[in-house]
Amino acid sequence: MEFFNNLRDALQERQISMKQFMSFVRKEFYHIFRDKTTMAILLILPILMLVLFGYSISTEVKNSKIAILDSSNDVATRAIIEKFRNSEYFSVKKMVNNPSEIQDLFKKDRLNMVLVFGDNFYENLAHTGNAQVQLIVDGSDPNSAKTIVTYATSIIGAYQLELSKIDKIPFQINPQIKLLYNPQMKGAYNFVPGVMGMILMLICAMMTSISIAREKELGTMEVLLVSPMKPIYIILSKIIPYFVLSLVNLATILLLSVFLLKVPIAGSLFWLIAFSLVYIFVNLSLGLLISSIVDSQLVALLISGMVLMLPVIMLSGMMFPVENMPVFFQWISQIIPAKWYIIGVKKIMIKGLGLSSIIPEMSVLLGMGIVLVIASLKNFKYRLE
Amino acid sequence: MEKVIEVQNLTKKFGDFTAVDHISFEVYKGEIFGFLGANGAGKTTAMRMLCGLLPPTSGKGLVAGFDIHTQSEEVKRNIGYMSQKFALYEDLKVWENIRLYGGIYGVPEDEIIKKTDELLKRLGFEKERNSFVKSLPLGWKQKLAFSVAIFHEPKIVFLDEPTGGVDPVTRRQFWEMIYEAADRGITVFVTTHYMDEAEYCDRVSIMVDGRIDALDSPKNLKNQFKANNMDGVFQQLARRASRKAD
Repeated sequence: MEFFNNLRDALQERQISMKQFMSFVRKEFYHIFRDKTTMAILLILPILMLVLFGYSISTEVKNSKIAILDSSNDVATRAIIEKFRNSEYFSVKKMVNNPSEIQDLFKKDRLNMVLVFGDNFYENLAHTGNAQVQLIVDGSDPNSAKTIVTYATSIIGAYQLELSKIDKIPFQINPQIKLLYNPQMKGAYNFVPGVMGMILMLICAMMTSISIAREKELGTMEVLLVSPMKPIYIILSKIIPYFVLSLVNLATILLLSVFLLKVPIAGSLFWLIAFSLVYIFVNLSLGLLISSIVDSQLVALLISGMVLMLPVIMLSGMMFPVENMPVFFQWISQIIPAKWYIIGVKKIMIKGLGLSSIIPEMSVLLGMGIVLVIASLKNFKYRLE
Repeated sequence: MEKVIEVQNLTKKFGDFTAVDHISFEVYKGEIFGFLGANGAGKTTAMRMLCGLLPPTSGKGLVAGFDIHTQSEEVKRNIGYMSQKFALYEDLKVWENIRLYGGIYGVPEDEIIKKTDELLKRLGFEKERNSFVKSLPLGWKQKLAFSVAIFHEPKIVFLDEPTGGVDPVTRRQFWEMIYEAADRGITVFVTTHYMDEAEYCDRVSIMVDGRIDALDSPKNLKNQFKANNMDGVFQQLARRASRKAD
């Protein structure tokens, strides 16, 4: 009998704390909905960004990984391959024997391009003055792809020029370009994942940290801590509205990109969302960590603006290919959650790869999230004492 | 008389620094207890321990009959708290603020509705029910903050410099609210910088360098220190301090 009484008390207690919790979550939504300006910015920002980032910046690409399928293996092809080997723009990773291997190579070795020489390359060139070479390029990053194609064509062009000087016959080598994953070289394929990474970070990390810092600034945090409400509930109720908001934004971006920008979701929508949830988790924890360090909204804004936004724009691979950065910045880019998220989104959304292909990115993000959440909760406790 | 706060040798150390140094005192039910001290004397630390926010290094403390060491949850449920910043949400309406704090303290929904009506009537705020708090004058916010702090009928209410930055007339009105609460049996534990307010308290303790150097009714203290008013008492004690204000 006593057991049942205890159980009933426990349940009642839980009901009360659930009620406390809900009245608190409701209050957080009031804060958001009543701040019309911020609300409008948060909802319009993703749309604005998708439109604005339509014009990305192209930059040079060094050490692109390539593989070569040489069916002719004659004087001309060997000479061209030699030129590719000597170029600082390319590094030849593999010689391929069978065309069927090519598709797998892109997925496995993260190749940027495969160079395919048909049969009797030199013979064709010598007899008809015409020969063909195929360039198969990973187009999921259109900037890099465009640059790689330009470099490759110019190397082949240089060889053609040399031949013409010796023989005085107009030789013609026609590079045929085939883009994988992004056949129309749409910039949208590149910046949609970037905008997703940025917006989700903005909502989760920045807004969460600001909203907690505000309670500290106003002195309401103190009153809440004196109340019987558990600190973990206070924090959770702060997170929930921004979690919801970030889901709305995720949906907006995906709908816009599919129907307006015509970027299809090639892979599984389920895994894309699951992967995004992990990324949202990382950023919410980041927001918590920031808010456990700072006491004012302004500092929270500055930290999330300068320390989070800038690196994400510059170093995440959203605008500039990470491969081209100085080594130091490449290291820094490793600890930027957005970089991993953007890579993963490109794999699922654009290349249409499955879960197995994003296991590295998924694990890195999960690891980051766990470390951040532990660090921020510890820090919170420490600060309270 | 029933004791609602019992403190024995309560101490808090931060590393080598002893913020609160073996303080002992008792507060009785329905009393208005003034907790004075210069900045950095350890007032805030002591108060945070009593509210269950900070675990003491050593010593014992019972608040509303619960051990502040082991039963901080129960302590929190039985106290109210109001700080200088009033801590109302400016972008919430008056009734929403009341409902929020009522909800946090687990007051049942129907009771919240009933008591909100009573409260607004008593304060003469019926017209302001749907106003945003940010549109209220400072004195009104202060009254509302105090009413919210005692909405769940706590045994004790802790007021941390509740009258900072408020004009004398409003302060006077605010003290009338404090008297009313004390008459209803709510114990009031108040820190203040205004020495005229110290005169309104039933008993006053004065902290110097983490210790309680004086504790008695204002009248007895003035006799003891041969001072005309509480300010004189406070000045004599504060001169003893070796610790710098932070």
